[in-house]
Amino acid sequence: MKARVYVMLKNGVLDPQGEAVRHALGSLGFDGVEGVRQGKVIELDLAEGSTESTVTEMCEKLLANTVIESYRVELMG
Amino acid sequence: MKAAVIVFPGSNCDRDMAVAFERAGADVTMVWHKDTALPQDVDIVGVPGGFSFGDYLRCGAIAANSPICQSVVSHAERGGYVLGICNGFQILTETGLLPGALRRNAGLKYICRTVELTVETADTAFTSGYSVGQSIHIPIAHHDGNYFVDDAKLAQLQDEGRIAFKYADNPNGSVADIAGVVSKNRRVLGMMPHPERAADEGHGGTDGVAMFRSLMDQLATA
Repeated sequence: MKARVYVMLKNGVLDPQGEAVRHALGSLGFDGVEGVRQGKVIELDLAEGSTESTVTEMCEKLLANTVIESYRVELMG
Repeated sequence: MKAAVIVFPGSNCDRDMAVAFERAGADVTMVWHKDTALPQDVDIVGVPGGFSFGDYLRCGAIAANSPICQSVVSHAERGGYVLGICNGFQILTETGLLPGALRRNAGLKYICRTVELTVETADTAFTSGYSVGQSIHIPIAHHDGNYFVDDAKLAQLQDEGRIAFKYADNPNGSVADIAGVVSKNRRVLGMMPHPERAADEGHGGTDGVAMFRSLMDQLATA
């Protein structure tokens, strides 16, 4: 089975990379981009029977720094 | 004073840190990240700068989970001293020994130059050789030195006098111009600037020497 973990900076934490992407889009002529947030996607290949709670524990211990980042887990069967 | 300096794959300030400790009179042992124990009777552990594990995932995240870091955390919890510089500061926040996190610099550029710092507290073994409000010049060299803590934690750090150094002219977007903070028991210091790179006339400045000397004075008499 696979799991996908999305890690994003929390709302309210300035994302300078997202801001730089927003400026770059603007200079390419894409108007109306009001905000860009950049994050990470981590794909995990897991043994059958692995549980979402194990993946959550992985996020808490390593994959995300919960001081500044939020995460979301998606199990993909 | 017995010092241990941790070496991770990708550490590059470990030897500079060891020399700074040695010049102050410490016995220094280098400790590999796969070791599980610190040398006996170590007074202070240095967590050096560099790019441990290539900064993969997040700066300091992999190093913070290496075998030796468990011993570093236990050492700190027993009241031992820990000094984390640059990547070492990032690692200490990842272990939870220090609050906050280091984000990408606000200007997105890697910054390598000497900056002016203001000493915010002299009430630590690290900073007792300085005076409050003193201006010192110390090099920085980082891409992810933009310190973040939430408002509540910031207020706590201010109330408890735990901000060790501030930037005179904020180079990286850090909250409240913070360049370094200490733990609640004041025995763990993390800072982005490199005092070990301002520890010899040949470095172009010696403002970092007072940190290693005052540690020696305080820990030799402890």
